[in-house]
Amino acid sequence: MAFGHEMASGMGGVRTAGDLVARVTAKGKKIREAKKYVASKLRVSLFDLSDEALMKELREELNIGHVLARPGAAIGMEAKMRIAKLLDIEINSVNRFKSKAGL
Amino acid sequence: MSKIFTRMGDGSGIWMSEAEVRADLEAGMQEAVKRGKVPELTAEDMERLYEIMTDPNKVVSVERGNEVTHSFDAGTLKFGIRGGVPVDRLATILAHERAFASDSMELAHIDYSYKPVKAIAHEERQLMEQVQLNTIIPVLYGAMSNVGLYTKPDGPIENWAELLPMAKIKEAQEAQEEATKHATKDMIYVSEIMYEGGADGMNFDSVGASGDADFLAALKAVEYLKNKFPDMEIEMGMAGEFVLGMHGELTYDGQRLAGLYPHQQVKIAEKAGVTIFGPVINTNSSKSFPWNLARAVTFTKACAEAASIPIHPNAGMGVGGIPLTNTCPMDAMSRASKALVEIGKADGL
Repeated sequence: MAFGHEMASGMGGVRTAGDLVARVTAKGKKIREAKKYVASKLRVSLFDLSDEALMKELREELNIGHVLARPGAAIGMEAKMRIAKLLDIEINSVNRFKSKAGL
Repeated sequence: MSKIFTRMGDGSGIWMSEAEVRADLEAGMQEAVKRGKVPELTAEDMERLYEIMTDPNKVVSVERGNEVTHSFDAGTLKFGIRGGVPVDRLATILAHERAFASDSMELAHIDYSYKPVKAIAHEERQLMEQVQLNTIIPVLYGAMSNVGLYTKPDGPIENWAELLPMAKIKEAQEAQEEATKHATKDMIYVSEIMYEGGADGMNFDSVGASGDADFLAALKAVEYLKNKFPDMEIEMGMAGEFVLGMHGELTYDGQRLAGLYPHQQVKIAEKAGVTIFGPVINTNSSKSFPWNLARAVTFTKACAEAASIPIHPNAGMGVGGIPLTNTCPMDAMSRASKALVEIGKADGL
């Protein structure tokens, strides 16, 4: 069911900017505002946010994680720390990690 | 006149004429207007809905640029438990992130209510910590408020469902008020532990399943958590389209909870501190899919227009216009997905 909805109307998660927009909507912003916010931070158009080909290149360039595992690329917490900085948002697990690691 | 393949609300396939489809769309929309006292869809909306319903393609999608982000209830229960795939919950979330294109995910326990999770909250936190280290997408923790679990013999409270038929109204109301206190306390206890474990936020799911006391318990928990953790992301998904008045006189911020429909529920949820609201519109399995979808879209649009926060209508089996069948056909699911987003103005599902 979830996969079907994702194909019919979803942004595509880390294939695109879906996870980034989801982070902003979860803070209470409507989808249009959230997309505008993320697009401005990534310096792309609203249209580009859901373009898998463009976002693959951009995510790899920004090193913020993607569906394809690449040796040496940021994954998990490493990618999220970059996302928090890139979007200028608080991510609870990132703050917790920094605190636990003494960063 | 050509016939159009569509479905009944139970998922079974039917053929309808163009006139029959239009008539059912109109009747479903009017049913929502009458029941919820919400505005009618515009003529343009109805024409768009008809186009979606009669699109000759088996699977449809939103237009490029109209994509939204999706969230989950019972997140980790779908692939590993219901699907029977022998993977743990961390692997399930990674599969959603890397293979299923999920925008966000939810960590959940098989006994999906806050009361049973309380006993294992620290072990759940341990898994949340591991999940957060390994994943990129937002991961919330979720469970149901489920105030009914606090009644005897499973809990300490007299069962109001037994008291009410005996006309013990006052006793039934007092029992619900007492159960609310227990449920709120448990939701706060689990949420604090999960948030300290790195959860991006909490999902309160199937809220109102036990009636207005259930809704109140969740609202009070949200209010407390939002005051203590202002950055906490909180999603609230409802159990049904209408808050049952099992108590009947409970209020939140002066608003009586019994009888509220989605466009009214969302305003209360906002006041409490919810950041994503999940309205439910029930499917009538004996009516057609066009009837059900028109009804769901009408309620959804009214809710979206009333909301200041994003709304993610529930769009699983038997809700949001989706037929009441476990293996929902993609033709119906994709049409519901598109219509709820493009006409209903949903921010996600």
